[in-house]
Amino acid sequence: MLAETRTGIGHSAPRTPHSALLSRRALLGSSLGALALASLGSPLGAAEPVRTDPMAPRAPHFPAKAKRVIYLFMAGGPSQLDLFDHKPKLKELDGQPCPESLLTGERFAFIKGIPKLLASPHAFAQHGQSGQWVSSLLPYTAKIIDQLTIVRSLRTDQFNHGPAQIFMNSGHQIVGRPSLGSWVTFGLGSVSDSLPGFTVLLSGEVDPGAGNANWTSGFLPTTFQGVPLRAKGEPVLFVEDPDGVDAAARRRSLDLIVGLNRRHLAAVGDPEIASRDAAYEMSFRMQSSVPELTALDQEPAHIHELYGTTPGKPGFATNCLMARRLIERGSRFVQLYHRGWDSHGDTAAKDLLTGLPHMCKDTDQACAALITDLKQRGLLDDTLVVWGGEFGRTPMNEGRGGGKLLGRDHHPRAFTMWMAGGGIKPGLAYGQTDDIGYNVVSQPLHVHDLHATMLQCLGFDHTRLTFRFQGRDYRLTDVHGEVAKGLLA
Amino acid sequence: MRPPAPLIRIIRTGLLLLAALAAAGAATVPDYARDIKPLFESTCWKCHGAEKQKGGLRLDVRAQAMAGGSNGVAIVAGDSAHSYLMARLRGEGDEKRMPEKAAAFSAAQIGIVAAWIDAGAPWPESAADAKAATVVHWSYVPPVRPIPPSVRAAVWVRNPIDAFVAARLEREQLPPTTEAAPATLIRRVFLDLIGLPPTPAEVEAFLADRAPDAYERVVDRLLASPHYGERWARPWLDLARYADTDGFNFDLPRMVWPYRDWVIAALNADMPFDRFTIAQLAGDLLPGATQADRVATGFHRNTMHNTEGGVDPEEARWETEIDRTNTTAAVWLGSTFACAQCHNHKYDPISQKDYYGLLAFFDNTNEPTLPLGGEVDDYNGKKKPLSALVMAERAGPAQTNLRVRGAYVAKGEVVSAGTPGFLPPMPADSPRNRLGLARWLVDRGNPLTARVQVNRTWEVLFGHGLVETVEDFGNQGTAPSHPELLDWLAVELMEGKWSMKRLQRLIVTSATYRQSSVVDPGHLERDPSNHLLARGARFRLEAEVIRDNALAVSGLLTAAVGGPSVFPPAPSEVGAINTNKESLPWRTSAGDDRHRRALYTFCRRTAPYAAFTNFDAPSREACLLRRARTDTPLQALTGLNDPAQWEAAQALGRRMVDQGSVVSERVAMGFRLCTARAPTADEQRDLEAAYAHELAAFAKTPAAAAKVCGGAGAADLAACTMLANALLNLDETMTRE
Repeated sequence: MLAETRTGIGHSAPRTPHSALLSRRALLGSSLGALALASLGSPLGAAEPVRTDPMAPRAPHFPAKAKRVIYLFMAGGPSQLDLFDHKPKLKELDGQPCPESLLTGERFAFIKGIPKLLASPHAFAQHGQSGQWVSSLLPYTAKIIDQLTIVRSLRTDQFNHGPAQIFMNSGHQIVGRPSLGSWVTFGLGSVSDSLPGFTVLLSGEVDPGAGNANWTSGFLPTTFQGVPLRAKGEPVLFVEDPDGVDAAARRRSLDLIVGLNRRHLAAVGDPEIASRDAAYEMSFRMQSSVPELTALDQEPAHIHELYGTTPGKPGFATNCLMARRLIERGSRFVQLYHRGWDSHGDTAAKDLLTGLPHMCKDTDQACAALITDLKQRGLLDDTLVVWGGEFGRTPMNEGRGGGKLLGRDHHPRAFTMWMAGGGIKPGLAYGQTDDIGYNVVSQPLHVHDLHATMLQCLGFDHTRLTFRFQGRDYRLTDVHGEVAKGLLA
Repeated sequence: MRPPAPLIRIIRTGLLLLAALAAAGAATVPDYARDIKPLFESTCWKCHGAEKQKGGLRLDVRAQAMAGGSNGVAIVAGDSAHSYLMARLRGEGDEKRMPEKAAAFSAAQIGIVAAWIDAGAPWPESAADAKAATVVHWSYVPPVRPIPPSVRAAVWVRNPIDAFVAARLEREQLPPTTEAAPATLIRRVFLDLIGLPPTPAEVEAFLADRAPDAYERVVDRLLASPHYGERWARPWLDLARYADTDGFNFDLPRMVWPYRDWVIAALNADMPFDRFTIAQLAGDLLPGATQADRVATGFHRNTMHNTEGGVDPEEARWETEIDRTNTTAAVWLGSTFACAQCHNHKYDPISQKDYYGLLAFFDNTNEPTLPLGGEVDDYNGKKKPLSALVMAERAGPAQTNLRVRGAYVAKGEVVSAGTPGFLPPMPADSPRNRLGLARWLVDRGNPLTARVQVNRTWEVLFGHGLVETVEDFGNQGTAPSHPELLDWLAVELMEGKWSMKRLQRLIVTSATYRQSSVVDPGHLERDPSNHLLARGARFRLEAEVIRDNALAVSGLLTAAVGGPSVFPPAPSEVGAINTNKESLPWRTSAGDDRHRRALYTFCRRTAPYAAFTNFDAPSREACLLRRARTDTPLQALTGLNDPAQWEAAQALGRRMVDQGSVVSERVAMGFRLCTARAPTADEQRDLEAAYAHELAAFAKTPAAAAKVCGGAGAADLAACTMLANALLNLDETMTRE
């Protein structure tokens, strides 16, 4: 199911105008097409039809450790200081005013005046052979800690949710650049010819964020846009036939459409007609593969136990299981968004004592289950898993909620993410922050560096995965980005 | 014979001098052409030359080498010790030693480069960058009207456009294609000019009209249609990044549709393009500005607006001005000005100072709300005074601070409002404000505006521009396929009082436009993307036209023009995917508003209407000059199953049944409504066979039949609905041929 047809396509700046990039005639007429056609046979030599669609699998620049990605986007900005970045010094300094030297020239979203430092109210302990510090809020993650690399030195340029999420996804704070998932599917295509190559799964509360812009294909063709898999109603928009139309009736109408299209193709000669037929045929396959994908009751009880899922109950855990099913079925990039990490402490639901534990409870078991499950299926070695939000949170109490509530403001200077699987060294602690977790002091990993490193795992030189738009070659990392070699296995 | 003594002396002195120079070694001033260029060329240019500019640095053109890259200035003339280039060549600090992909420079080579920099980095204009420096790019030279060439195919030529096209085809030895079948042609020109298909009666009347000017009269009628403005507003609204919400997190609704209606009205009135430009950029500054002139300035009020808690209002305003600068340059100058926000443009002669000079025009504005009188629904069921978002000028000179490397916080020198140095200057007596800028853009001497606008019009009518990169007329853009035709049309537009309708009439009545799009394999292989124009254009309808066409052929379309945006049935996410859903629930419109043209659908930036997104419509977050034209399975699902499309199928099915009881006529009518032509015998047979299948299937499943018809319905109505659904999804229906 995961066999890839390799085609040696380079990704340096396709010069084909994007309007024509996807047309079959352009594929056939360009070197891209020549190579696609040259790659004909499947590895098994079976009579597998050659894919000439824009999502046909393609080889990256060099052999890759990771073939696919599951990105667990913790929207809102999880508090690294209460989850992964253990700061005993903050215990000593708890309640003291933040040193003014740190505040000079700083801009915060909500903090006004001189805030007070805030120790984590949660206990930390070392876990696993790697001895990594993990908060008591994440007992399941703690058990698989040796599979993960914890990066405590992330940095971003943005400190508001919308721009920071877009920055984390596209390397630019203003909407319009392609997201990571779009770049990856643009570069690699997708093995599945009956499921979207780039899928988005949403859970958690509705809260500030950039919405659809997070998975936009920007100036790349919309083929590479993330397809949200919906928790309620039909999983893929418009995948279900209208009331009264069954699969047989739909098949009949497709036969009519394709039959008439073929006659018309013979009359007018435009090969675009054949590509449209191919897209209609794939849509029909999606109509059966999507229900099969989402039939979680097929999963045995021990798997549901592992993830903590109940068939029919939507949520982050269900989405983790769905992510595994998607990549098993050849989808290239799956991005989960779990929203609600914005622990300002302005309400109990968003403070560190009530809200944050609740968020952890919703996600911890399933994250660990996903890693465990991928590993037991032999999929972890070539699946890159990434966990993290759009920024971190301040070492200071925001102090908006009055006396009892504890909360932290947005903090772009230092935060934590974890990575696992394809191409990443397991059990590693990467990067350090200062004693109070305000600044990165070693192995900084800027968002652009994260992107460069992820692309490296997928077999791309991030400077060469480019697309020409409005007069310029664009890339995910813009003019920045260094591969963090220390993270690589 | 011995040479005269003085000559010998000269030769001897020369030799001595050379020897002395050789002995002096590194103390000699290295010569750029002899010593530096070969070194740079063999080791640096691969990554820092015409092809690539790693780190934003280019070392083959003097001005750009001296300007430096994203790490700042690389060469400080006269000071090698402070030249970053030297540090990198020596491998100092944490950064990688350069060149990265060639052997490190030897000590002697490093010495030569250092000596050259210390001597002031002398770099003669004539060396190396001669090509870049001396040839003025074609689009920066004002167009002069060329004389249409005389061609052998004189009979084929209907107007000067055809002469230019035929001349090229004769050179290429490729004959033009005959005129499209009348039914195809009338559907094409309807879809192109008003974005709606002809009714069967309109097709029949055209087919029956034997007058030699039958086609021209159809064209004139379409140009006078109120739906013309709706159709041509669509591409303009992409440029204007028109949307009904702020964008970003909260994505609150805003009342901007009066601007949208202004665009429709202006286009319907054939407002000259120069006036159209001035009104939108500076209507408020016109002497005796009317309310409509002020509403027009909503063009630059369509920028996004972040209301999130932590936003710095000054920085947000700055981002807005950057958007306005980039959009203005892109829309009128076809220029990728945005590059010069952070550094001098790598390919075009646009300096960073030019960039901020243009930005300064917009750095002097206020953003008032203009009351229009009357009340209107605020999308929440409450009444609200009707108003429009407009621009106003602040007092004082228009100037701004340049930003070093584009960073908001890094204020550089003060720059006054001014137009780019590589284009003809503004007249001395012209006001240095938006009005002066707008007038300069549409001045007869501006080499770009008319060409860019003509090219955009051509793109709408032919699927691609004469300059394929409609967004880039600079050095990195594609060369025009028919440069003389482009110039001829640009001059024709300007001398024709900037009338857009006149220009469009000229194009759609040309023989070039009227060609059939049927293509044989040989021709296809010869010119796959039809750049030579030896055949008619054939391309998929754009997102909005797909909806409008389905509504029109099914008879559901509400033809009303203008007014507040509407909420056709949409998936639940449109209202709920983002924050603050309470502030903007998607209250599905009832009655006629359910079936308005796509252009009136409420445009929510963070959750754009899914059926449009699937067909490549942008989210309108930023100016978009060229849409992609993709072909995806999600489009198939949308066409087949989107409730709006299904409703159209049900209505079309009903139309087919209501037409009469003869099966052959029912299916033929459905086909004709969708394609404007009668089915061939084969197609007729396919349709009747399919009808028979459906009828038999639904006769056995009356419950399914009733569901398909959306209530009570007989098997024949269900069968017609299924056929209608297929017909609406035919490639031919979704394509303008």
